[in-house]
Amino acid sequence: MESKIEVVELNAGFGSTHVLKNISMSIPRNRVTAIIGPSGCGKSTFVRCLNRIHELVPGAWVRGKVLLDGKNIYDSDVDPVDIRRRVGMVFQKPNPFPAMSIFDNIAYGPKIHGMKKGLERIVEDSLRKAALWDEVKHRLKDSPVSLSGGQQQRLCIARALAVEPEVILFDEPCSALDPVATAKIEDLILELRENYTIVIVTHNMQQAARIADYTAFFLMGELIEYGETAQIFENPRDKRTEDYITGRFG
Amino acid sequence: MRSRVSSLPFFRGISPDTLFQIFLGSIAVLSVLVLAALLLRELIVGAMPALSAYGVEFLFSAEWNPVLSEFGALPFIYGTIVSSLLALLIGVPLSLGIAVFLTEIAPAKVRAVLSPVIELLAAIPSVIIGLWGIFVLAPFVREHIAPLLMEHLGFLPLFRGPAYGYSVLTAGIVLAIMITPIISSVSREALLAVPRLQKEGALALGATRFEAVTGVVLPYARGAIFGAVMLGLGRAIGETMAVTMVIGNSPQLFTSLLHPGYTMAAVIANEFTEATDDIYLAALIEIGLVLFAISMVVNIIARAITWRYLRVQGGS
Ligand SMILES: Nc1ncnc2c1ncn2[C@@H]1O[C@H](COP(=O)(O)OP(=O)(O)O)[C@@H](O)[C@H]1O
Ligand SMILES: [Mg+2]
Repeated sequence: MESKIEVVELNAGFGSTHVLKNISMSIPRNRVTAIIGPSGCGKSTFVRCLNRIHELVPGAWVRGKVLLDGKNIYDSDVDPVDIRRRVGMVFQKPNPFPAMSIFDNIAYGPKIHGMKKGLERIVEDSLRKAALWDEVKHRLKDSPVSLSGGQQQRLCIARALAVEPEVILFDEPCSALDPVATAKIEDLILELRENYTIVIVTHNMQQAARIADYTAFFLMGELIEYGETAQIFENPRDKRTEDYITGRFG
Repeated sequence: MRSRVSSLPFFRGISPDTLFQIFLGSIAVLSVLVLAALLLRELIVGAMPALSAYGVEFLFSAEWNPVLSEFGALPFIYGTIVSSLLALLIGVPLSLGIAVFLTEIAPAKVRAVLSPVIELLAAIPSVIIGLWGIFVLAPFVREHIAPLLMEHLGFLPLFRGPAYGYSVLTAGIVLAIMITPIISSVSREALLAVPRLQKEGALALGATRFEAVTGVVLPYARGAIFGAVMLGLGRAIGETMAVTMVIGNSPQLFTSLLHPGYTMAAVIANEFTEATDDIYLAALIEIGLVLFAISMVVNIIARAITWRYLRVQGGS
């Protein structure tokens, strides 16, 4: 399996708190990789290291390598702004920009990257890919605040797609959504898998089982076990993984 | 959990706590309304001789000649509006710059020192700022700022000479300095209240920090920032002492900002003691009435717009 991202001995933390400990793993291209583990084990910190958002928190630090297509994104000649365009992110809570219309939410990314023409096209394409077009095509000028939580989250996915990323990180994208909205997002992720490399943090194990090709189990900042999803859930090699997926802790 | 409810028929189903709140609330609202109404009545009664003598003409006449009993408020209304808008024009970008610097750029230590220092500016008595205006700013405007403006923008009537130190421009700068602490500190609070997820959302799309702040963070806070600007405007409109010390106190319809002007608050304060005959006094009180009305309108617009933005943002 060809890897899109290669994480090599990644350590990260906040000030004196050492959160991620020597994580090494390879994230395959055009596949869905799930990160599971109990709250506070460093899942968010991990994905936030993959697009250099982590370092924006005061006191945050990173050591180690993250190779994107073989190039370390932490090399000094790499512009983090460029990495963040290539590695998109969808957050735990939908975060549309309330001061902008639905249209402008999507167009914002392309605009800051200098695109002036063809925005209608990009907005429509992105909304279609995010399975939101039919629901909002008549109200593109409205504020996104009027959308439901699930629609807002799909808007955020469309917004991320509009800048044509190669990788999309999802940090517990459904934790604020009801089951119907969750199912929609899951279907969407499975479709996006065709064209994007996807990493999804979830603490819903059924969700990981449903949509992920590979699953990594984190515990207290360490990568305990990583493999094909079926193997992790049906045949875990580590006792701690087994305890977690059978619900004995976490 | 159920609380006890009133047994009076009219208030049935309302808890005593709620009743008490309604009671206190009504008293507070009523007393404010009564005070405002009394004040308004006092102003109207006092202004009556001028109101009946000059009618609406009072608002549109530019003649102010107490000796001949000619009273027109236009130069003062005009002076107040222009000097206040000038203050906003200078003060708002300055304040937003300070707010963004303090929340986004300055290291924690710089922020800890600078924030209280800026807020302390608000505590300086306006007569002291006026003195500074007289001794430092007015000469500086006359000798440096005005010649520069005349040289580069002199083709505009706004910057035509001759340059006086005591001018609308000087007053505008003084007012800008006076409203900057309030606008910048309220805006800073507004920026701090913007969820981190908003900025990260923009950054995750590949926005630079500058793009994230100007395109997402500031617009998110625009309702509160607008409220801050209106607070500043309210202060600028009502400011008396510092303005009268530097604006030149000349009731004219200036076109050049380098020339002197006059404001409503300033003329009331300056001429009140000289106003010996009834009609003169009434004219000054009518200017007070206009000032009161303009301040009210500014405030009501501010509330209305702030409230609308808050509602759009879902009460955040
Ligand atoms: N801004 C921060 N400052 C200090 N510590 C933090 C910060 N954010 C998270 N942490 C700590 O880092 C650890 C991992 O957090 P996180 O990556 O959010 O875990 P998860 O997403 O798995 O719940 C936690 O112990 C948390 O307390
Ligand atoms: Mg998390």
